[in-house]
Amino acid sequence: MRIIKIEGTDDTPQVTLDANPENPFMEISGRSLPEDVVAFYDPILEWLDEYAENPLEKTVLNIKLEYFNTASSKLLLDILLKLEDLSEADNDVLVRWHYPDDDEDMEEAGEEYEDIVEVPFEQVSYSID
Amino acid sequence: MAESEKNKAKLHFAYDFYKIMKDSDVTFAYEGEITHEITKAFSSLAESHIALTNESNALQKRVFHVMVESLQNISKHSAERKDEKSMFAGQGIFMVTKDDQEYNITTGNVVLNESIPALKEHIEKINSGNKKTLKELYKKKIKSGKLSEKGGAGLGFIDMVRKTGEKLIYTFLDLNDKKTYFVLTSTIFRTK
Repeated sequence: MRIIKIEGTDDTPQVTLDANPENPFMEISGRSLPEDVVAFYDPILEWLDEYAENPLEKTVLNIKLEYFNTASSKLLLDILLKLEDLSEADNDVLVRWHYPDDDEDMEEAGEEYEDIVEVPFEQVSYSID
Repeated sequence: MAESEKNKAKLHFAYDFYKIMKDSDVTFAYEGEITHEITKAFSSLAESHIALTNESNALQKRVFHVMVESLQNISKHSAERKDEKSMFAGQGIFMVTKDDQEYNITTGNVVLNESIPALKEHIEKINSGNKKTLKELYKKKIKSGKLSEKGGAGLGFIDMVRKTGEKLIYTFLDLNDKKTYFVLTSTIFRTK
């Protein structure tokens, strides 16, 4: 399956979607406040649709955002809902929500998504110095 | 003679303007078109400026959050646009004041009179909420809400109140029978 690799900028996150069975890696990291959120996230949602047709044995998505605006929060939910579908179709799915250890708001945002979607979540704190 | 009087007035105006800004603790003020580029520039300017202060990381992030949402509100919702078709650029004022206690982030923009009742109802609902009900409202909105064609999620005000823990202060000033000037302030206490 094709690989998505988008470099991060000051207003868009770095995105890696690589479902290579040897060494799969899926991550969205950095900042998200794109001018046009739909245009930015559409290819990611499309990729997830394609991926869902033939998913790996285990799907792990890392979300490691330091900031996202409210418009992005809606699109992040759309991504998580795709994973929910995958999980409900009896696939092994895990979302790893990374947050800076001093950022309660980002930790809480992860907890809220965990409440909203039916997908196993793992909260991972990291320190920035 | 008249010319030099005029020049003098111009110079005095600059000084008066400076005094008003100082007296009102204005640290930043802008009037004009708010584009995405400007939103990015202002918020990163504030971010690097505030990083030099002793403010906590949490406070720095909250100021950044409120700034971005406020600026995007103007660019997405201002009824005054250079180009009617421009989806992401609207006219407005953007102002930051700061004193010992708090930061205030204020926006002002033109809205159509017909949009006022819904806007008022939306803000009042958020202002009457508490931490718990706002969390529920946020969850409900993010699940059920549709993105507008400009990519608005209808979550900006809720997020501002949740992040700051303070109600939104706002007013509507009559312009004419079609349009009203909408002013909104969000306060971030430095001690919280």
